[in-house]
Amino acid sequence: MNSQMLLTIVGGIQWTVILTLTSLAIGIVLGAGLCAMRTSGNKALDAIAACLILILRAVPPIIWLFLIFFGIGTGILEITPFQAAAVGLGLITAANMAEIIRGSLSAVHKGQWEAARALSMPAQYRMIDIIAPQLIRVSLPSVATYAIGLLKDTAIASTIGVPEIAFQATHVSQLTFRGLETFAVAGGLYIALSIPVAWASRWADKRMRLKVAR
Amino acid sequence: MNETIAFWEQILPQLLQGFSLSLQVTGVSLLFGIPLGLLLALGLRARNFLLKAPLLAVIEVGRGASVLVLLQFVYFGMPTAGLTFTSFVSVVIAFTWCTAAYTSEILRAGMEAVPQGQREAAQALRMTPMDTLCLIILPQGLPIAIPALLGFSILMLQASSLAFVVALPELMSKAQLIGSNTFQYVPIFTLVALLFAVICIPATIVVGHLERRLNRHI
Repeated sequence: MNSQMLLTIVGGIQWTVILTLTSLAIGIVLGAGLCAMRTSGNKALDAIAACLILILRAVPPIIWLFLIFFGIGTGILEITPFQAAAVGLGLITAANMAEIIRGSLSAVHKGQWEAARALSMPAQYRMIDIIAPQLIRVSLPSVATYAIGLLKDTAIASTIGVPEIAFQATHVSQLTFRGLETFAVAGGLYIALSIPVAWASRWADKRMRLKVAR
Repeated sequence: MNETIAFWEQILPQLLQGFSLSLQVTGVSLLFGIPLGLLLALGLRARNFLLKAPLLAVIEVGRGASVLVLLQFVYFGMPTAGLTFTSFVSVVIAFTWCTAAYTSEILRAGMEAVPQGQREAAQALRMTPMDTLCLIILPQGLPIAIPALLGFSILMLQASSLAFVVALPELMSKAQLIGSNTFQYVPIFTLVALLFAVICIPATIVVGHLERRLNRHI
């Protein structure tokens, strides 16, 4: 393992991080929408969202990536591997986020909704000022756990050619035939990237828990 | 539409052949991985840190590194160390490692959910530690872990599609092969997605019910 090989693999970190953050952002936005549909009280919307979530989660990520990249990509639209990976992983994340947000909503104390309504706060302020700040605090540990899982799942994007850690490792191992060190470094990088996220989430959770009504 | 269905009929036998291999590789990995996970979970109860440290390393690497990277490490990396495995064996090794690491946490949580009083009662009756484990803790702890274990098994079946990177001719490889010959990617991968959905959606619903039933008793 010389420095050239190491640098190539380390160069994949930025793509791994960008892909994780992009998919997470797409997932949170779409997931909030799916969750709103599920909790809207409208039976049809609820059923549609529940079906979408089931389907998104039932099919393995790699199949979604191939469907999007080779399916849409070779058709009308030009799509880069990164875009395909971000959309695919983003959609799967959305399904999981919807469930995480729904679980956290039920964890926000019922009295908070009732108090806001008793003060005749308009619905949007009730959500933005009272519920959302507590929702973020309650859901943080699950979102962080999911984000770590997603970080590792981005390795799948190497199969459609996103130049992230696993892709660079495959490239280096094909050039040098030194698979042992190469993939050990790649695996180590994933572990090294996930440790700070886990620490930060535990630290933030401890501080933010104080501001949630019980 | 009719064309697509005709095409599906034509490729379905090959895909089903691949799917049966996907199921086999998942099944074998779970068969090895879950008992290993139980051993890891039991090993972690030891007080000796020297014994615990290597077990912790196995678990942290199995959970922390991406399963795709584990797989490539075993298939492309081990030959550097003089160990060459077939793709089937590589997949089983990597998935068993991953399964053992994840299920050790699930099983540990299950055993910890058994009330402390059960352990104390067993001690009061002067049961040996082995009997306490086999007759008291495991019979109560394992059922608690079952929904989570089934949920994990579904994830492993999905992960088996990653085996195509080491050219194991499972569902994904077959689909990829047909795709590169016919360029009909959308119909092929739609069918593959449907095959996974047919197994995974009912399984997810059943696991959800089991989980809710278990929570009712707590």
